Amino acid sequence: MERRRFGLILLEIFAILLLALFFFPFLMVILNSAKPQAEIILTPLSLPQNWVNLWYNIVEILTRRNIDYFRSFFNSIVITTTSLLAIGVFSAMAAWVLVRTKARYSYWIFMLFLAGMVIPFQVVMLPLVRLLQIMRNVTGIPFKDTYYGVVLAYIGFGAPLSVFLFHGFIKSIPIDIEEAAIIDGCTKAQVFFRVVLPILKPIFVTLLVLNGMWIWNDYLLPVLVIGLGGDTKTLPLAVANLAGFYDKEWGLILTAVLMAALPVLILFFFAQKHIIKGMTSGAIK
Amino acid sequence: MQESQRKFDDYLIKIIKGFTLTVISFIIVVTLPLIFVIQLFGRLIEKDFMTFKNYKKKNYFLDFIVYQWLGPNEQAQNHRVFVYFLFPSLGAFLLFVIVPFVQGVYLSFTDWNGLNTGHETFLGLDNYKEIFSETRFLFSFWRTIIYSVLNIIAINLVAFGLALLVTQNLKGKNVYRAGFFLPNLIGGLVLGYIWQFIYNKAIVSLGGAFETSILLGGQSALYGLLIVVTWQYAGYIMMIYIAAIQNIPQDLVEAATIDGANAIQRLRAITMPLVAQAFTVAMFLTLITSFKQFDTVVSLTQGGPSLELPSWFGSLLGLDSLPVVQSTNLVSINIYNTAFSSYELGIGQAKAIVFFAFLLIISMVQVYFNKKREVEL
Repeated sequence: MERRRFGLILLEIFAILLLALFFFPFLMVILNSAKPQAEIILTPLSLPQNWVNLWYNIVEILTRRNIDYFRSFFNSIVITTTSLLAIGVFSAMAAWVLVRTKARYSYWIFMLFLAGMVIPFQVVMLPLVRLLQIMRNVTGIPFKDTYYGVVLAYIGFGAPLSVFLFHGFIKSIPIDIEEAAIIDGCTKAQVFFRVVLPILKPIFVTLLVLNGMWIWNDYLLPVLVIGLGGDTKTLPLAVANLAGFYDKEWGLILTAVLMAALPVLILFFFAQKHIIKGMTSGAIK
Repeated sequence: MQESQRKFDDYLIKIIKGFTLTVISFIIVVTLPLIFVIQLFGRLIEKDFMTFKNYKKKNYFLDFIVYQWLGPNEQAQNHRVFVYFLFPSLGAFLLFVIVPFVQGVYLSFTDWNGLNTGHETFLGLDNYKEIFSETRFLFSFWRTIIYSVLNIIAINLVAFGLALLVTQNLKGKNVYRAGFFLPNLIGGLVLGYIWQFIYNKAIVSLGGAFETSILLGGQSALYGLLIVVTWQYAGYIMMIYIAAIQNIPQDLVEAATIDGANAIQRLRAITMPLVAQAFTVAMFLTLITSFKQFDTVVSLTQGGPSLELPSWFGSLLGLDSLPVVQSTNLVSINIYNTAFSSYELGIGQAKAIVFFAFLLIISMVQVYFNKKREVEL
């Protein structure tokens, strides 16, 4: 017994050390975003001489034209939230009619969605850029560097996984509830929005987390559809933009990194349970 | 001969072009207005219920459509709901995934260079011949395979180890779990910049053996990337293993302990077989993400540094002199650069198609073997 407790204490110490190792990069970011350029070159590993530099760096990031922090942050928020809501509601709608319509074509449409899951983004990215250009030429509506263009693209790319997960979940809901609602006088649309959608809440949260993490951190799709210097550029694009132009100004780059990561970290602090559960349960299915 | 070949090519182009254009125009021009019309008429007819009832017995085509799609009866309502509900996600999916994919297959056979959009000429298999004789591409494919294998091993080992650690009866196990998971929340691009700083500035400042950055060495840059991705992704895979380990029935473990099995025997006889399914999932996920790795590489190394092509690789291809290649130029980076730096979009697309086919086969084989192994266990 004594030996086992001793072993546990050793394991505990080991875990703490490992955690410290995992946090080392974050520590580096925090320490070095509080240093001016000269100090970083000389002593990147030590504590900053004066923490007030962190404030100077933050102000610099907020006022720099090419990072445009407030604007990029706002863009990221708008694009992520509208895409999340649209993907969630539209995919749930599609999955529901696919489950409840017992026809051969609904099976084939579902299979088409599944096929979309195996197509990597790299395969469609070049024709996608071309298609957006053609659509602009034909219709005169710009799809590049607009909110709706990006959100539409995210609906398209998010649909396969979301439809798949909703499909699996809806199949387990007994149809009796919906029939009862119809007998009580609901139209089909009302059945979905008033009866089915509330039942879908757990899987909806899972998808919010999965898609949210993906869209917030995505780089390749925005860089193609928005462009590094676009008006609707998101936070990752802004960071890439800054790092590309000022390759040596590490203090600023790390401050930008800190400010890009902070919203997610704060969110994680409050909704830790949901985020971990959402990300892992989505993967296993 | 030449003439007939060209005619055949032209014919093929016309068919494929016609097909894709039809799909696009169908979505934009037909379906959208149709939905508005259906909605409009549906409302009108619902109001005029009596007249509609008289119409439905006649065998006219229009009336059939009205009866099937527009009327107030249940079947028509079902059809309408089916179309409205399916359209937003299916339309966006077709437009942004399926249409570009089909077009992409066609474009990989053309001389598309970004300027001749809409006027590409059909080249047959030329692009594919070219990419299979392009040393840089073959090398980047090889690098991607090495990287993926190492990555899968590293991530799964670290993740399984971490999962075993945090499922012990430790005091702060929830803190450890959240902590190990944390790097995964931040995008690969941002992480790449953090680690570029650590490799190029922080570690270098120690001097001595660390004086040259790991990212500057032709071989070591890949290991540098490996460390970053393992650090990022292990926490995520760890969560999958944790879920599996917690699902192991506790009485099995207790029974084994009473029978005198030590920790290693329990691990081998109970834990390992029972997390086999999680292992399949984890391996699939790590395989896909390592092959598609893009943003971390962009910010960490931009595909560099250069190194001389390994001599065995050169002799395998029958090359006399060894060209300079890029160390961390993984396939997705290679595709991106081919398209947006050299503006050879047709060739880039052909590379993407080869990449897709390879990924599809590999992941299918992997899932097949793991499923088989699961059954045997």
